[in-house]
Amino acid sequence: MAASTETADQVRAFTEKEYEYGFTTDIESEVAPKGLNEDIIRFISAKKEEPEWLLEWRLRAFQAWKAMEEPHWPALTYGPIDYQDAHYYAAPKMKAKPKSLDEVDPELLKTYAKLGIPLKEQAILAGVEGTEGQSPAVAVDAVFDSVSVATTYKAKLEEMGIIFCAISEAVHKCPELVRKYLGSVVPYTDNFFATLNSAVFTDGSFVYIPKGVRCPMELSTYFRINQANTGQFERTLIIADEGSYVSYLEGCTAPKRDENQLHAAVVELVALDNATIKYSTVQNWYPGDENGVGGIYNFVTKRGACRGVNSKISWTQVETGSAITWKYPSCILQGDNSVGEFYSVAITNNRQQADTGTKMIHIGRNTRSTIVSKGISAGKAQQTYRGLVKILPKAEGARNHTQCDSLLIGDQCGAHTVPYIESRNRSARIEHEATTAKISEDQLFYCRQRGLAEEDAVSLIVNGFCKEVLKELPMEFAVEAQKLVGISLEGSVG
Amino acid sequence: MIEIKNLHATVDGKEILKGIDLTIRPGEVHAIMGPNGSGKSTLSYVLAGREGYEITKGSVNYFGQDLLALEPEERAAEGLFLAFQYPVEIPGVANTTFLKSAINAMRKRRGESELDAMQFLKHIRAKTKQLGMTDEMLKRAVNVGFSGGEKKRNETLQMAVLEPKFAILDETDSGLDIDALKIVADGVNALRSPERSMLVITHYQRLLDYIVPDYVHVLAHGRIQRSGGKELALELEKNGYKEFGVDEAA
Amino acid sequence: MTSTHSPRRGDPVPAQPYLEQYDRVKAELPGAALSWVRDLRELGRSRFAELGFPTAKVEAWKYTSLKSLEKVAFQPARPAAAGVHFDVLPHVGTGPRLVFVDGFFRADLSSTAGVPAGVELSGLAETLSRNPDLVGEHLGRLAVSDEQRFVALNTAFLADGAVVRIGRGVEVAEPIELVFVSLGSDDGAVAFHPRTLLIAEPQSKATVIEHHVGLGIGATFANHVAEAYVGEGAILRHYKVQREGAEAFHLSNSVAKVGKDACYDNFILTTGARLARSEVRVALGLGSSCNVNGAYMIGGHQHCDTTTVIEHKEPHGTSREVYKGAIDDHGRAVFQGKIVVHPGAQKTDGHQLNRALLLSDTAEIDAKPELEIYADDVKCSHGATAGELADEALFYLRARGIPKDEARALLIGAFLAEALDEIPDETVREAFHGFVTGWLGTR
Repeated sequence: MAASTETADQVRAFTEKEYEYGFTTDIESEVAPKGLNEDIIRFISAKKEEPEWLLEWRLRAFQAWKAMEEPHWPALTYGPIDYQDAHYYAAPKMKAKPKSLDEVDPELLKTYAKLGIPLKEQAILAGVEGTEGQSPAVAVDAVFDSVSVATTYKAKLEEMGIIFCAISEAVHKCPELVRKYLGSVVPYTDNFFATLNSAVFTDGSFVYIPKGVRCPMELSTYFRINQANTGQFERTLIIADEGSYVSYLEGCTAPKRDENQLHAAVVELVALDNATIKYSTVQNWYPGDENGVGGIYNFVTKRGACRGVNSKISWTQVETGSAITWKYPSCILQGDNSVGEFYSVAITNNRQQADTGTKMIHIGRNTRSTIVSKGISAGKAQQTYRGLVKILPKAEGARNHTQCDSLLIGDQCGAHTVPYIESRNRSARIEHEATTAKISEDQLFYCRQRGLAEEDAVSLIVNGFCKEVLKELPMEFAVEAQKLVGISLEGSVG
Repeated sequence: MIEIKNLHATVDGKEILKGIDLTIRPGEVHAIMGPNGSGKSTLSYVLAGREGYEITKGSVNYFGQDLLALEPEERAAEGLFLAFQYPVEIPGVANTTFLKSAINAMRKRRGESELDAMQFLKHIRAKTKQLGMTDEMLKRAVNVGFSGGEKKRNETLQMAVLEPKFAILDETDSGLDIDALKIVADGVNALRSPERSMLVITHYQRLLDYIVPDYVHVLAHGRIQRSGGKELALELEKNGYKEFGVDEAA
Repeated sequence: MTSTHSPRRGDPVPAQPYLEQYDRVKAELPGAALSWVRDLRELGRSRFAELGFPTAKVEAWKYTSLKSLEKVAFQPARPAAAGVHFDVLPHVGTGPRLVFVDGFFRADLSSTAGVPAGVELSGLAETLSRNPDLVGEHLGRLAVSDEQRFVALNTAFLADGAVVRIGRGVEVAEPIELVFVSLGSDDGAVAFHPRTLLIAEPQSKATVIEHHVGLGIGATFANHVAEAYVGEGAILRHYKVQREGAEAFHLSNSVAKVGKDACYDNFILTTGARLARSEVRVALGLGSSCNVNGAYMIGGHQHCDTTTVIEHKEPHGTSREVYKGAIDDHGRAVFQGKIVVHPGAQKTDGHQLNRALLLSDTAEIDAKPELEIYADDVKCSHGATAGELADEALFYLRARGIPKDEARALLIGAFLAEALDEIPDETVREAFHGFVTGWLGTR
């Protein structure tokens, strides 16, 4: 990380002579050459000193992946992705770092400023040379009180038996847990992107909450990301044992300029009897510019299994970033009386595209699910809600309520709703409602008559529109998310 | 001082206001009465700056400024307040959030410092107390699920909080029973002051029993047909708008 | 834009026998001497050859498998012997009626007496041989082979059907009825592909009822296509009752184009067929409106698929859709409803509702209500529910002395009524209520 230009040069020199030297001799290097093949996977596994079973699992995934086709069903358009033209180990920072803030894209700095991030903090987030060693903890503290609390309480977490570490660390620390649950919710054959992730994932979080333990604080990726630089293929595994509770926060509450084009993460959640997992995401990756140049392709597989009776998994997401978003955080409601929730706000502006939603699979008796999706489309963006509610024959007394609302800003964008509702149990009750409308002229004029500028009026109205979802977020996230709503829609009116 | 001169306005090419002349001095309460379709609501929207109305002729001098050149939010910041005939619902936005955003947007525009949460709360509590209202209404989303009376009271509260120089009350009495009407009128009366001008737009005389105007104007066919004191309202109550060529079963 | 369905390739193997049959009979088909008719058929053939039968991977057919249909060796239907008569043919009201047996027009069973001036009512085959210009402008212009595989198949075999033309400004009070009898044959399964052409010229007003009944034995495959042109300011009510037999396969595609300020109503009541799929596609013009409603009641191992696409192509259109269904035994219902608002179709107002009632432990409903919206100044919504009869209501009725079965029938009837009550014509509405009551009586 320190001498990235140097590393890049090394890699370049190295890849040019690939056949002569072979990359395995370059084990000390932090960057693997471009391309995807078995050797790269062995290399990643070796770097992580993984056990044999994990390597084999990765290789099986890779075999499966080679036979798979990229999905074409989402309502997304993007150019072909060359999977051989990417590094699968370490983040390839091919560009030299900016020497000072003057060299950083002013648009990016403007966004930071709006988020209320101090200048020094901005430098760190923008990756200005010489700031790597400085932990952004100070600024993040101001925004996320619970994070610093978490650091303070790290010893306490361990004392309570909570395991919270990098997944690569967990492989060594608690191999039996990882082996038992990894791929148990999202199998390595699941889908094109999840399978790719299974083959090449480099890092991610691991959480285990023991029986009867209520995790006393919000766990956040932040606190770990500060230490280790996660790659583009994150893998997160959270296990809540019987009677436990955990609230997990993920994401970038500050936008991150990223050279990586493709993010294919996998998140697996397992809730055993009477356990609850609350998973909150604020995703604000670089969305590309107003012409659709650049931006992140975000292809994420998130799934939770409510394995135990009375278990509960609740997903809350605020998606404002990425050029392309493809994600369907889902719940498999296996345990009787288990509960699945999905609360989502997705905002697409300019040329962003999002195809997102959820799947609620009701297997157990008296399982319940709630879906609240609020989509806002502006500029030339296209957004699709895609969801599945499936009631299997044994899901006696199952309940689902879905509310899907779309708001359109401007006549160049699109908002689409594609729900799939399948019921094979008569005692199940399913209710689905969807609406699409624009911000009413009446509302806008009313706000402006009360002194609000048009853009602020839009932000206020949209925040109100999203209220049901935003209130599900932990306090610190909610404030951040509200600001993001306003920022994401800038330039969409007037 | 507000001076409306020869104001003409069209909607979708149809002329609705056909030459309005009206002068309102500080502290005065003017009532505009008129039958349905006479242009009453158009006048209030034109003054507040709603889109969709084309001003074809005339001017509005607002304390030395050309009112018609301002955006709706600029007019609001300059102290123009419109109490809507049909207050708009904004789901998910609490009344307090709405009022705080509004008050601070205006203060900012006027170059004043924004109120922090404590100052704002103090300000708003004083106003609810003055109007005899509870805090409960403040926590609810703007006008969502409000009864007709509650909506109008909410408009009055907003007027109190935003402290306008010039308030336009557009058919504030519509949809209210007599008890609700009294409450709203009491609220409005409490806000009368020598610095504050008001324009009360109504179809019926009964509102003027409670908000007693200094002047009454009759608007019909897009023009002010007659002006007078409050006794004109009583006369209209008795004779209807027939005299102005309008036959309606009022 | 993805509003045009990409008709994904299916399985070409089961399509093969149909293509061979086509090649054998094409020279004998009515109008074969006309080049434009031949071209139309050839296009249908080649398109069906390309598209084949849908597989589960074809999104539009995700929930409806045609494996059971593919297994049956259907032969093209032959005109029934003129001697075959029927004791009872359904008749709603007293208006004119065209009768078709296995897709072939039977003038002897039809009654065109009392057809008002300005209305033309005839069989398609007859029209193609005697006065083809009457349909040249319209035939195959709305229901296009390119997009729908079974429209393509129908077009290839295009032979007979109904032609209804309501002249400019003509208002027809009595419903015009088209009775399609599936008779079948002792010799084996038969397939037929009737084509209905409804042309409502500007400012006209009419009601057309399609009545599909099974009165014979043996398997039949009816593959209907209806094209409805609704001219400027016209009102066309297009209703359909499908009461085919237990061995029947019933596929239908109704395609409507609604002109400026015009109104198109479609209502489909389904109780019959082993497997039924009714597709309704409506394209709305400036300021026009449509009501696309329906009700279905199925049991046994019946499969009933309703697929609708309402396209708002121009501003100020209004669409309403209410579908309700009751599913008993091993029945499976599919509802796919889509509202598309094209760019520029501002001030669109579209609402859709579908509710399903599951009456048994083995019944199934799959629903996919979709909104696809490319304009901002719109109001669109859909609602979908699935569930069983409310226990409380059932108990309440029983507590008032109504026997359980009767109480159930009453509640199911009331549930379905929400859709039926959308039918404005009282005679038709009452007749449809009658079919519902009839079905409930068989439970």
